[in-house]
Amino acid sequence: MAKTGNEVDQYRRRFLIRSAGQACGAALLGIGLLTLARQTYGLPAEAIRPPGALAETDFLAACVRCGLCVRDCPYNTLKLSELGDKVTTGTPYFIARDIPCEMCDDIPCVVACPTGALDKKLTDIDDARMGLAALVDQENCLNFLGLRCDICYRVCPAIDKAITLDTIHNPRTGKHTLFIPVVHSEACTGCGKCEHACILPEAAIKVLPARLAKGAPGQHYRLGWEEKQKAGSSLVAPDKEHKYNLPEGYRYEYEGQGLIKENDSGETPFSSNPLDTLNQGRQQ
Amino acid sequence: MSNTLLRPGADAIAVKGWWSAHQWLILRRITQAGILGLFLAGPLLGVWIIKGNIASSLTLDILPLSDPYLLLQSLFAGHWPETTVVIGAFIVAGFYFLVGGRVYCGWICPVNPITDMAAWFRQRLNIKGGARFPRQSRYWLLAMTLITASISGSLLWEMVNPVTMIYRGLIFGMGMAWFLVLALFLFDLFLGQRGWCSHLCPMGAFYSLLAFYSPLRVSATQREKCNDCMECYAVCPEPQVIPPALKGAEQGVGPVITGINCSNCGRCIDVCSKNVFQFSTRFKSVNNFSTVTKREAMP
Repeated sequence: MAKTGNEVDQYRRRFLIRSAGQACGAALLGIGLLTLARQTYGLPAEAIRPPGALAETDFLAACVRCGLCVRDCPYNTLKLSELGDKVTTGTPYFIARDIPCEMCDDIPCVVACPTGALDKKLTDIDDARMGLAALVDQENCLNFLGLRCDICYRVCPAIDKAITLDTIHNPRTGKHTLFIPVVHSEACTGCGKCEHACILPEAAIKVLPARLAKGAPGQHYRLGWEEKQKAGSSLVAPDKEHKYNLPEGYRYEYEGQGLIKENDSGETPFSSNPLDTLNQGRQQ
Repeated sequence: MSNTLLRPGADAIAVKGWWSAHQWLILRRITQAGILGLFLAGPLLGVWIIKGNIASSLTLDILPLSDPYLLLQSLFAGHWPETTVVIGAFIVAGFYFLVGGRVYCGWICPVNPITDMAAWFRQRLNIKGGARFPRQSRYWLLAMTLITASISGSLLWEMVNPVTMIYRGLIFGMGMAWFLVLALFLFDLFLGQRGWCSHLCPMGAFYSLLAFYSPLRVSATQREKCNDCMECYAVCPEPQVIPPALKGAEQGVGPVITGINCSNCGRCIDVCSKNVFQFSTRFKSVNNFSTVTKREAMP
Protein backbone atom coordinates (compact mmCIF):
# COMPACT_ATOMS: atom_id res chain seq x y z
CA MET A 1 0.00 0.00 0.00
CA ALA A 2 2.23 2.77 -1.24
CA LYS A 3 1.19 6.24 -0.20
CA THR A 4 1.32 9.19 -2.58
CA GLY A 5 3.41 12.21 -1.63
CA ASN A 6 0.34 14.21 -0.76
CA GLU A 7 -0.96 11.52 1.55
CA VAL A 8 2.36 11.42 3.34
CA ASP A 9 2.25 15.19 3.75
CA GLN A 10 -1.25 14.99 5.16
CA TYR A 11 -0.19 12.24 7.53
CA ARG A 12 2.81 14.25 8.67
CA ARG A 13 0.68 17.33 9.16
CA ARG A 14 -1.84 15.45 11.28
CA PHE A 15 0.93 13.81 13.26
CA LEU A 16 2.65 17.13 14.00
CA ILE A 17 -0.57 18.86 14.99
CA ARG A 18 -1.58 15.99 17.25
CA SER A 19 1.83 15.87 18.86
CA ALA A 20 1.84 19.61 19.39
CA GLY A 21 -1.52 19.33 21.13
CA GLN A 22 -0.29 16.60 23.44
CA ALA A 23 2.93 18.46 24.19
CA CYS A 24 1.02 21.63 25.05
CA GLY A 25 -1.37 19.71 27.27
CA ALA A 26 1.51 18.12 29.14
CA ALA A 27 3.30 21.46 29.40
CA LEU A 28 0.19 23.17 30.81
CA LEU A 29 -0.16 20.47 33.42
CA GLY A 30 3.53 20.83 34.23
CA ILE A 31 3.26 24.57 34.70
CA GLY A 32 0.25 24.03 36.95
CA LEU A 33 2.20 21.51 39.01
CA LEU A 34 5.19 23.79 39.34
CA THR A 35 3.04 26.67 40.54
CA LEU A 36 1.16 24.44 42.93
CA ALA A 37 4.42 23.05 44.28
CA ARG A 38 5.69 26.49 45.17
CA GLN A 39 2.69 26.96 47.40
CA THR A 40 2.53 23.51 48.95
CA TYR A 41 6.20 22.86 49.54
CA GLY A 42 7.67 24.01 52.76
CA LEU A 43 7.80 22.40 56.12
CA PRO A 44 5.64 23.64 58.99
CA ALA A 45 7.88 24.77 61.86
CA GLU A 46 6.62 22.03 64.20
CA ALA A 47 7.49 19.23 61.73
CA ILE A 48 11.05 18.01 62.13
CA ARG A 49 12.95 15.93 59.58
CA PRO A 50 14.81 12.78 60.76
CA PRO A 51 18.46 13.09 61.76
CA GLY A 52 20.87 13.53 58.88
CA ALA A 53 18.19 14.89 56.54
CA LEU A 54 19.66 17.00 53.76
CA ALA A 55 18.65 20.64 53.51
CA GLU A 56 14.94 20.75 52.66
CA THR A 57 15.30 21.49 48.93
CA ASP A 58 17.90 18.74 48.49
CA PHE A 59 15.85 16.42 50.65
CA LEU A 60 12.83 16.74 48.35
CA ALA A 61 15.03 15.77 45.39
CA ALA A 62 16.45 12.75 47.17
CA CYS A 63 13.67 11.20 49.24
CA VAL A 64 11.62 8.60 47.32
CA ARG A 65 9.01 8.43 50.10
CA CYS A 66 9.58 4.71 50.77
CA GLY A 67 9.18 4.84 54.54
CA LEU A 68 12.12 2.59 55.37
CA CYS A 69 13.36 5.14 57.94
CA VAL A 70 9.91 5.07 59.54
CA ARG A 71 10.01 1.28 59.75
CA ASP A 72 13.44 1.16 61.37
CA CYS A 73 12.71 3.84 63.99
CA PRO A 74 12.47 1.82 67.23
CA TYR A 75 10.41 4.47 69.03
CA ASN A 76 7.74 5.11 66.39
CA THR A 77 8.94 8.68 66.30
CA LEU A 78 8.90 9.06 62.54
CA LYS A 79 5.83 9.03 60.36
CA LEU A 80 5.17 9.54 56.66
CA SER A 81 3.08 12.50 55.68
CA GLU A 82 -0.30 11.48 54.30
CA LEU A 83 -2.08 13.19 51.46
CA GLY A 84 -3.66 16.30 52.95
CA ASP A 85 -1.07 16.77 55.72
CA LYS A 86 0.85 20.02 55.75
CA VAL A 87 4.15 18.24 55.15
CA THR A 88 5.05 17.35 51.53
CA THR A 89 3.15 14.14 50.83
CA GLY A 90 4.92 10.90 51.62
CA THR A 91 7.99 12.40 53.26
CA PRO A 92 9.09 11.44 56.81
CA TYR A 93 8.91 13.82 59.78
CA PHE A 94 8.17 13.89 63.49
CA ILE A 95 6.45 16.19 65.94
CA ALA A 96 8.67 16.61 69.01
CA ARG A 97 5.77 17.37 71.32
CA ASP A 98 4.21 13.98 70.43
CA ILE A 99 7.25 11.69 70.26
CA PRO A 100 10.75 13.18 70.27
CA CYS A 101 13.85 11.63 68.71
CA GLU A 102 15.59 9.33 71.18
CA MET A 103 18.95 9.83 69.47
CA CYS A 104 19.88 6.15 68.97
CA ASP A 105 23.64 5.60 68.84
CA ASP A 106 23.42 3.46 65.70
CA ILE A 107 21.01 5.91 63.96
CA PRO A 108 18.89 3.16 62.30
CA CYS A 109 16.82 5.62 60.26
CA VAL A 110 19.91 6.91 58.48
CA VAL A 111 21.20 3.38 57.95
CA ALA A 112 17.84 2.37 56.43
CA CYS A 113 17.66 5.24 53.93
CA PRO A 114 18.40 3.81 50.47
CA THR A 115 18.82 7.10 48.64
CA GLY A 116 20.98 9.25 50.87
CA ALA A 117 18.18 11.69 51.63
CA LEU A 118 19.30 10.99 55.18
CA ASP A 119 23.01 11.59 54.86
CA LYS A 120 25.15 8.51 55.53
CA LYS A 121 27.95 10.84 56.60
CA LEU A 122 26.12 11.28 59.90
CA THR A 123 27.66 8.59 62.08
CA ASP A 124 27.65 10.34 65.46
CA ILE A 125 24.15 11.24 66.53
CA ASP A 126 25.52 14.18 68.54
CA ASP A 127 26.36 15.79 65.21
CA ALA A 128 22.71 15.69 64.09
CA ARG A 129 21.09 19.08 63.62
CA MET A 130 17.37 18.37 63.25
CA GLY A 131 16.44 21.79 64.56
CA LEU A 132 17.31 24.04 67.45
CA ALA A 133 15.55 24.29 70.79
CA ALA A 134 14.52 27.79 71.79
CA LEU A 135 12.98 28.90 75.07
CA VAL A 136 10.32 30.94 73.36
CA ASP A 137 8.05 31.81 76.30
CA GLN A 138 9.94 33.59 79.04
CA GLU A 139 6.70 34.78 80.64
CA ASN A 140 5.41 31.33 81.52
CA CYS A 141 8.57 29.24 81.87
CA LEU A 142 8.57 28.23 85.54
CA ASN A 143 12.31 28.72 85.88
CA PHE A 144 11.93 32.25 84.66
CA LEU A 145 9.30 32.75 87.36
CA GLY A 146 11.87 31.77 89.96
CA LEU A 147 10.75 28.15 90.47
CA ARG A 148 12.90 25.10 90.06
CA CYS A 149 11.22 23.12 87.26
CA ASP A 150 14.44 22.38 85.34
CA ILE A 151 12.76 19.54 83.41
CA CYS A 152 14.05 20.64 79.99
CA TYR A 153 17.55 20.79 81.39
CA ARG A 154 17.31 17.41 83.10
CA VAL A 155 15.92 15.45 80.11
CA CYS A 156 18.41 16.93 77.67
CA PRO A 157 20.63 14.12 76.28
CA ALA A 158 23.43 16.69 76.08
CA ILE A 159 22.80 18.10 79.56
CA ASP A 160 25.17 20.94 80.54
CA LYS A 161 26.27 21.23 76.92
CA ALA A 162 23.10 21.86 74.90
CA ILE A 163 21.15 23.32 77.85
CA THR A 164 22.78 24.96 80.85
CA LEU A 165 21.18 26.61 83.84
CA ASP A 166 22.59 30.09 84.21
CA THR A 167 22.09 31.80 87.58
CA ILE A 168 21.00 35.38 87.89
CA HIS A 169 19.65 37.44 90.76
CA ASN A 170 15.91 37.25 91.38
CA PRO A 171 14.88 40.91 91.60
CA ARG A 172 11.34 40.06 92.71
CA THR A 173 12.25 38.46 96.03
CA GLY A 174 15.55 40.27 96.28
CA LYS A 175 17.24 37.32 97.89
CA HIS A 176 16.81 34.30 95.58
CA THR A 177 18.35 33.04 92.36
CA LEU A 178 16.76 32.47 88.95
CA PHE A 179 18.00 29.33 87.18
CA ILE A 180 17.64 30.27 83.55
CA PRO A 181 17.73 27.43 80.95
CA VAL A 182 20.00 28.55 78.14
CA VAL A 183 20.24 26.58 74.87
CA HIS A 184 23.62 26.37 73.16
CA SER A 185 23.42 25.88 69.41
CA GLU A 186 26.84 24.26 69.14
CA ALA A 187 25.57 21.20 71.06
CA CYS A 188 21.78 21.09 70.55
CA THR A 189 20.75 18.34 68.09
CA GLY A 190 17.08 19.36 67.95
CA CYS A 191 15.91 15.99 69.26
CA GLY A 192 12.96 17.67 70.97
CA LYS A 193 13.11 15.90 74.33
CA CYS A 194 12.96 19.27 76.10
CA GLU A 195 9.86 20.32 74.19
CA HIS A 196 8.27 16.94 74.83
CA ALA A 197 8.99 17.13 78.57
CA CYS A 198 7.94 20.74 79.20
CA ILE A 199 5.20 20.52 81.82
CA LEU A 200 3.22 23.53 80.62
CA PRO A 201 0.05 22.80 78.62
CA GLU A 202 1.84 24.48 75.70
CA ALA A 203 5.58 24.02 75.75
CA ALA A 204 7.62 27.10 76.65
CA ILE A 205 10.66 25.56 74.97
CA LYS A 206 10.25 24.44 71.38
CA VAL A 207 12.43 22.91 68.69
CA LEU A 208 12.34 25.13 65.65
CA PRO A 209 14.14 25.09 62.33
CA ALA A 210 17.51 26.72 62.97
CA ARG A 211 16.61 29.59 60.64
CA LEU A 212 13.70 30.49 62.94
CA ALA A 213 15.39 29.81 66.24
CA LYS A 214 18.65 31.58 65.62
CA GLY A 215 19.77 35.02 64.58
CA ALA A 216 22.97 35.68 62.70
CA PRO A 217 25.61 38.30 63.46
CA GLY A 218 26.55 40.80 60.77
CA GLN A 219 29.42 39.48 58.71
CA HIS A 220 31.55 42.48 59.56
CA TYR A 221 30.90 42.29 63.30
CA ARG A 222 33.96 41.71 65.48
CA LEU A 223 33.70 41.27 69.22
CA GLY A 224 36.39 43.51 70.67
CA TRP A 225 37.10 41.35 73.68
CA GLU A 226 37.56 38.25 71.54
CA GLU A 227 39.76 40.01 69.02
CA LYS A 228 41.85 41.38 71.82
CA GLN A 229 42.33 37.91 73.21
CA LYS A 230 43.27 36.54 69.81
CA ALA A 231 45.79 39.31 69.17
CA GLY A 232 47.15 39.20 72.71
CA SER A 233 46.78 42.94 73.07
CA SER A 234 44.46 45.77 72.26
CA LEU A 235 43.95 46.28 68.54
CA VAL A 236 43.46 50.05 68.86
CA ALA A 237 45.72 52.36 70.91
CA PRO A 238 47.51 50.63 73.81
CA ASP A 239 45.52 50.81 76.99
CA LYS A 240 46.61 53.67 79.18
CA GLU A 241 47.29 52.87 82.76
CA HIS A 242 44.92 54.80 84.89
CA LYS A 243 46.54 57.09 87.37
CA TYR A 244 44.99 58.55 90.49
CA ASN A 245 46.01 61.84 91.90
CA LEU A 246 47.47 60.34 95.06
CA PRO A 247 50.33 61.43 97.23
CA GLU A 248 53.69 59.99 96.33
CA GLY A 249 54.06 56.39 97.42
CA TYR A 250 50.35 55.59 97.58
CA ARG A 251 48.07 53.48 95.40
CA TYR A 252 44.39 52.55 95.45
CA GLU A 253 43.28 48.91 95.76
CA TYR A 254 39.82 48.26 94.23
CA GLU A 255 39.27 44.88 95.77
CA GLY A 256 38.37 46.37 99.10
CA GLN A 257 41.63 47.30 100.74
CA GLY A 258 41.35 50.89 99.67
CA LEU A 259 44.28 53.26 100.02
CA ILE A 260 47.60 51.44 100.33
CA LYS A 261 50.96 52.88 101.03
CA GLU A 262 53.82 51.42 98.99
CA ASN A 263 56.88 50.24 100.98
CA ASP A 264 54.96 50.60 104.17
CA SER A 265 57.72 50.39 106.72
CA GLY A 266 55.59 51.97 109.41
CA GLU A 267 57.05 55.38 108.61
CA THR A 268 54.65 58.11 107.74
CA PRO A 269 55.35 61.61 106.62
CA PHE A 270 53.49 62.55 109.75
CA SER A 271 54.85 62.58 113.26
CA SER A 272 53.19 60.37 115.80
CA ASN A 273 52.52 63.56 117.76
CA PRO A 274 49.60 65.34 116.13
CA LEU A 275 50.88 68.67 117.51
CA ASP A 276 53.93 68.43 115.24
CA THR A 277 51.67 68.33 112.24
CA LEU A 278 49.58 71.19 113.51
CA ASN A 279 52.71 73.25 114.19
CA GLN A 280 54.30 72.39 110.81
CA GLY A 281 53.66 75.85 109.36
CA ARG A 282 55.15 77.69 112.27
CA GLN A 283 58.41 75.79 112.23
CA GLN A 284 59.05 76.62 108.57
CA MET B 1 -22.63 -8.91 18.69
CA SER B 2 -22.94 -5.72 20.69
CA ASN B 3 -24.82 -7.64 23.32
CA THR B 4 -22.02 -10.17 23.85
CA LEU B 5 -19.51 -7.34 24.04
CA LEU B 6 -21.34 -5.95 27.07
CA ARG B 7 -20.40 -9.19 28.75
CA PRO B 8 -17.22 -10.36 27.08
CA GLY B 9 -16.14 -13.82 28.07
CA ALA B 10 -19.62 -15.37 28.00
CA ASP B 11 -18.67 -17.69 25.16
CA ALA B 12 -15.42 -18.63 26.80
CA ILE B 13 -17.23 -19.50 30.04
CA ALA B 14 -19.66 -21.67 28.09
CA VAL B 15 -16.87 -23.46 26.24
CA LYS B 16 -14.05 -23.61 28.77
CA GLY B 17 -15.84 -23.20 32.09
CA TRP B 18 -15.71 -20.26 34.49
CA TRP B 19 -12.33 -21.05 35.98
CA SER B 20 -10.48 -21.35 32.67
CA ALA B 21 -12.13 -18.18 31.44
CA HIS B 22 -10.84 -16.25 34.46
CA GLN B 23 -7.61 -17.95 35.42
CA TRP B 24 -5.18 -15.20 34.45
CA LEU B 25 -7.43 -12.53 35.91
CA ILE B 26 -7.60 -14.38 39.20
CA LEU B 27 -3.88 -15.10 39.22
CA ARG B 28 -3.29 -11.40 38.63
CA ARG B 29 -5.56 -10.37 41.49
CA ILE B 30 -3.86 -12.90 43.76
CA THR B 31 -0.47 -11.47 42.80
CA GLN B 32 -1.59 -7.90 43.39
CA ALA B 33 -3.16 -8.74 46.73
CA GLY B 34 -0.35 -11.08 47.71
CA ILE B 35 2.41 -8.55 47.23
CA LEU B 36 0.41 -5.90 49.03
CA GLY B 37 -0.19 -8.50 51.72
CA LEU B 38 3.55 -9.07 52.10
CA PHE B 39 4.02 -5.34 52.60
CA LEU B 40 1.15 -5.21 55.09
CA ALA B 41 2.22 -8.31 57.04
CA GLY B 42 4.84 -6.19 58.79
CA PRO B 43 2.76 -3.32 60.14
CA LEU B 44 -0.39 -5.42 60.69
CA LEU B 45 0.95 -8.77 61.91
CA GLY B 46 4.54 -7.96 62.85
CA VAL B 47 5.88 -10.36 60.21
CA TRP B 48 8.57 -8.35 58.48
CA ILE B 49 9.19 -9.90 55.09
CA ILE B 50 9.20 -6.72 53.04
CA LYS B 51 9.74 -3.27 54.55
CA GLY B 52 8.96 0.01 52.83
CA ASN B 53 6.65 0.34 49.84
CA ILE B 54 6.87 0.04 46.05
CA ALA B 55 8.94 3.22 45.84
CA SER B 56 11.76 1.40 47.58
CA SER B 57 11.80 -1.64 49.81
CA LEU B 58 13.99 -4.09 51.63
CA THR B 59 13.09 -7.78 51.49
CA LEU B 60 14.25 -10.09 54.30
CA ASP B 61 16.70 -7.38 55.40
CA ILE B 62 18.94 -8.10 52.42
CA LEU B 63 17.32 -7.54 49.00
CA PRO B 64 16.82 -3.90 48.04
CA LEU B 65 14.18 -3.17 45.41
CA SER B 66 13.59 0.33 44.14
CA ASP B 67 11.44 1.90 41.48
CA PRO B 68 13.61 2.94 38.53
CA TYR B 69 11.16 5.68 37.53
CA LEU B 70 11.48 7.32 40.94
CA LEU B 71 15.25 7.04 40.76
CA LEU B 72 15.15 8.70 37.35
CA GLN B 73 13.05 11.55 38.74
CA SER B 74 15.51 11.91 41.60
CA LEU B 75 18.42 12.08 39.16
CA PHE B 76 16.59 14.72 37.12
CA ALA B 77 15.94 16.64 40.33
CA GLY B 78 19.70 16.79 40.82
CA HIS B 79 20.33 14.26 43.58
CA TRP B 80 23.21 11.82 43.36
CA PRO B 81 21.82 8.69 45.04
CA GLU B 82 23.35 6.12 47.36
CA THR B 83 24.25 2.78 45.77
CA THR B 84 21.46 0.91 47.58
CA VAL B 85 18.71 2.58 45.59
CA VAL B 86 20.67 2.21 42.35
CA ILE B 87 21.15 -1.53 42.89
CA GLY B 88 17.47 -1.88 43.78
CA ALA B 89 16.39 0.02 40.67
CA PHE B 90 18.60 -2.09 38.42
CA ILE B 91 17.18 -5.31 39.84
CA VAL B 92 13.62 -4.08 39.27
CA ALA B 93 14.37 -2.71 35.80
CA GLY B 94 16.09 -5.98 34.88
CA PHE B 95 13.09 -7.97 36.01
CA TYR B 96 10.66 -5.94 33.94
CA PHE B 97 13.06 -5.99 31.02
CA LEU B 98 12.62 -9.76 31.04
CA VAL B 99 8.92 -10.14 31.75
CA GLY B 100 7.67 -7.00 29.99
CA GLY B 101 7.69 -3.49 31.44
CA ARG B 102 4.00 -3.08 31.86
CA VAL B 103 3.68 -6.30 33.79
CA TYR B 104 4.13 -3.73 36.56
CA CYS B 105 0.82 -2.16 35.53
CA GLY B 106 -1.10 -5.40 35.17
CA TRP B 107 0.26 -7.39 38.06
CA ILE B 108 1.50 -4.97 40.76
CA CYS B 109 0.08 -1.47 40.40
CA PRO B 110 -2.69 -0.64 42.90
CA VAL B 111 -4.44 1.58 40.38
CA ASN B 112 -5.07 -1.37 38.05
CA PRO B 113 -7.92 -2.93 40.08
CA ILE B 114 -9.55 0.49 40.35
CA THR B 115 -9.46 1.26 36.65
CA ASP B 116 -10.28 -2.36 35.74
CA MET B 117 -13.38 -2.01 37.89
CA ALA B 118 -14.26 1.27 36.17
CA ALA B 119 -13.82 -0.40 32.77
CA TRP B 120 -15.98 -3.30 33.90
CA PHE B 121 -18.79 -0.98 35.02
CA ARG B 122 -18.41 1.07 31.86
CA GLN B 123 -18.94 -2.05 29.83
CA ARG B 124 -21.86 -3.35 31.86
CA LEU B 125 -23.59 0.03 32.03
CA ASN B 126 -22.82 0.61 28.36
CA ILE B 127 -21.33 4.05 29.02
CA LYS B 128 -19.98 5.51 25.81
CA GLY B 129 -18.12 8.63 24.88
CA GLY B 130 -16.33 11.01 27.18
CA ALA B 131 -13.04 12.74 26.53
CA ARG B 132 -10.61 11.01 24.19
CA PHE B 133 -6.97 11.29 25.06
CA PRO B 134 -4.41 10.18 22.51
CA ARG B 135 -2.46 7.18 23.75
CA GLN B 136 0.76 9.02 23.13
CA SER B 137 -0.16 11.63 25.74
CA ARG B 138 1.50 9.52 28.41
CA TYR B 139 4.92 9.92 26.82
CA TRP B 140 4.55 13.68 26.80
CA LEU B 141 3.48 13.51 30.43
CA LEU B 142 6.49 11.33 31.17
CA ALA B 143 8.74 13.97 29.65
CA MET B 144 6.88 16.63 31.60
CA THR B 145 7.42 14.87 34.94
CA LEU B 146 11.16 14.66 34.31
CA ILE B 147 11.48 18.25 33.11
CA THR B 148 9.50 19.63 36.03
CA ALA B 149 11.57 17.51 38.41
CA SER B 150 14.61 19.19 36.97
CA ILE B 151 13.11 22.70 37.15
CA SER B 152 11.77 22.34 40.67
CA GLY B 153 14.69 20.30 41.97
CA SER B 154 12.30 17.87 43.62
CA LEU B 155 10.26 14.75 42.91
CA LEU B 156 7.40 16.92 41.77
CA TRP B 157 5.30 14.16 40.21
CA GLU B 158 5.34 12.28 43.51
CA MET B 159 3.16 15.05 44.89
CA VAL B 160 0.33 13.76 42.70
CA ASN B 161 1.40 10.33 41.40
CA PRO B 162 -1.63 8.16 42.26
CA VAL B 163 0.33 4.89 41.87
CA THR B 164 2.89 5.46 44.59
CA MET B 165 0.51 7.52 46.68
CA ILE B 166 -2.16 4.82 46.89
CA TYR B 167 0.33 2.04 47.53
CA ARG B 168 2.07 4.08 50.22
CA GLY B 169 -1.29 5.06 51.62
CA LEU B 170 -2.44 1.46 51.97
CA ILE B 171 0.69 0.63 53.96
CA PHE B 172 1.42 3.85 55.85
CA GLY B 173 -1.96 5.61 56.05
CA MET B 174 -4.18 6.95 53.32
CA GLY B 175 -5.07 10.42 54.54
CA MET B 176 -7.04 12.02 51.75
CA ALA B 177 -5.77 9.49 49.19
CA TRP B 178 -9.18 7.78 49.23
CA PHE B 179 -10.44 10.75 47.27
CA LEU B 180 -7.75 9.99 44.72
CA VAL B 181 -9.05 6.43 44.41
CA LEU B 182 -12.57 7.74 43.91
CA ALA B 183 -11.42 10.37 41.44
CA LEU B 184 -9.54 7.81 39.34
CA PHE B 185 -12.53 5.49 39.33
CA LEU B 186 -14.94 8.20 38.25
CA PHE B 187 -12.45 9.54 35.72
CA ASP B 188 -12.20 6.16 34.02
CA LEU B 189 -15.91 5.48 34.38
CA PHE B 190 -17.26 8.67 32.85
CA LEU B 191 -14.46 10.69 31.30
CA GLY B 192 -12.48 8.25 29.26
CA GLN B 193 -12.42 4.57 28.37
CA ARG B 194 -9.31 3.27 30.15
CA GLY B 195 -8.43 6.94 30.49
CA TRP B 196 -5.74 6.90 33.12
CA CYS B 197 -3.78 3.68 32.71
CA SER B 198 -3.88 3.41 28.93
CA HIS B 199 -3.57 7.04 27.94
CA LEU B 200 -2.14 9.32 30.61
CA CYS B 201 -0.13 7.57 33.31
CA PRO B 202 3.54 8.56 32.92
CA MET B 203 4.63 5.72 35.17
CA GLY B 204 3.07 3.19 32.79
CA ALA B 205 4.73 5.05 29.94
CA PHE B 206 8.09 4.68 31.64
CA TYR B 207 7.61 0.97 32.21
CA SER B 208 6.47 0.42 28.63
CA LEU B 209 9.91 1.59 27.52
CA LEU B 210 11.43 -1.39 29.32
CA ALA B 211 9.43 -3.82 27.15
CA PHE B 212 11.08 -3.39 23.75
CA TYR B 213 13.02 -6.63 24.01
CA SER B 214 11.24 -8.53 26.76
CA PRO B 215 11.17 -12.27 25.99
CA LEU B 216 7.90 -13.07 27.77
CA ARG B 217 5.00 -12.18 25.48
CA VAL B 218 1.45 -13.19 24.68
CA SER B 219 1.17 -14.82 21.30
CA ALA B 220 -1.83 -15.41 19.01
CA THR B 221 -0.44 -18.85 18.34
CA GLN B 222 -3.64 -20.23 16.88
CA ARG B 223 -4.75 -17.10 15.10
CA GLU B 224 -6.21 -19.07 12.22
CA LYS B 225 -8.95 -20.20 14.62
CA CYS B 226 -10.08 -16.62 15.33
CA ASN B 227 -13.80 -16.21 14.70
CA ASP B 228 -13.75 -12.40 14.91
CA CYS B 229 -15.90 -12.30 18.04
CA MET B 230 -13.95 -9.17 19.07
CA GLU B 231 -14.02 -10.07 22.74
CA CYS B 232 -10.25 -9.81 23.16
CA TYR B 233 -10.48 -6.21 21.92
CA ALA B 234 -13.28 -5.55 24.37
CA VAL B 235 -11.30 -6.66 27.42
CA CYS B 236 -7.82 -5.48 26.38
CA PRO B 237 -6.71 -2.23 28.03
CA GLU B 238 -4.41 -1.60 25.06
CA PRO B 239 -6.32 -3.11 22.13
CA GLN B 240 -4.04 -1.47 19.57
CA VAL B 241 -1.42 -4.14 20.32
CA ILE B 242 -3.62 -7.03 19.15
CA PRO B 243 -4.22 -6.59 15.39
CA PRO B 244 -0.60 -6.88 14.14
CA ALA B 245 -0.27 -10.25 15.81
CA LEU B 246 -3.81 -11.52 15.36
CA LYS B 247 -4.41 -10.31 11.80
CA GLY B 248 -0.84 -10.04 10.54
CA ALA B 249 -0.62 -13.42 8.86
CA GLU B 250 -1.21 -11.98 5.43
CA GLN B 251 1.45 -9.31 5.83
CA GLY B 252 3.84 -11.94 7.10
CA VAL B 253 3.80 -10.58 10.65
CA GLY B 254 4.38 -13.14 13.37
CA PRO B 255 1.77 -14.06 15.97
CA VAL B 256 3.66 -12.64 18.97
CA ILE B 257 2.20 -9.47 20.51
CA THR B 258 5.23 -7.23 20.61
CA GLY B 259 3.53 -3.92 21.36
CA ILE B 260 5.40 -2.37 24.28
CA ASN B 261 2.16 -1.38 25.98
CA CYS B 262 0.87 -4.94 26.32
CA SER B 263 0.88 -5.58 30.07
CA ASN B 264 0.87 -9.37 29.75
CA CYS B 265 -2.33 -9.35 31.77
CA GLY B 266 -3.54 -12.45 29.93
CA ARG B 267 -7.16 -11.31 29.82
CA CYS B 268 -7.28 -12.03 26.06
CA ILE B 269 -6.23 -15.61 26.79
CA ASP B 270 -9.07 -15.89 29.30
CA VAL B 271 -11.90 -14.55 27.16
CA CYS B 272 -11.02 -16.31 23.92
CA SER B 273 -13.32 -19.27 23.44
CA LYS B 274 -11.11 -20.54 20.59
CA ASN B 275 -7.90 -20.61 22.62
CA VAL B 276 -6.16 -18.38 20.09
CA PHE B 277 -3.81 -16.77 22.62
CA GLN B 278 -1.24 -18.19 24.98
CA PHE B 279 1.85 -17.04 26.84
CA SER B 280 4.92 -17.51 24.72
CA THR B 281 8.27 -15.93 24.02
CA ARG B 282 9.25 -13.22 21.62
CA PHE B 283 11.68 -15.49 19.78
CA LYS B 284 8.98 -17.62 18.23
CA SER B 285 8.50 -15.00 15.52
CA VAL B 286 12.04 -13.79 15.12
CA ASN B 287 11.72 -13.41 11.36
CA ASN B 288 9.13 -10.67 11.63
CA PHE B 289 10.23 -9.12 14.84
CA SER B 290 11.57 -5.80 13.55
CA THR B 291 8.51 -4.97 11.43
CA VAL B 292 6.16 -5.35 14.32
CA THR B 293 8.27 -3.43 16.77
CA LYS B 294 8.49 -0.47 14.47
CA ARG B 295 4.77 -0.47 13.93
CA GLU B 296 4.02 -0.58 17.60
CA ALA B 297 6.62 1.85 18.73
CA MET B 298 5.36 4.61 16.49
CA PRO B 299 1.64 4.18 15.97
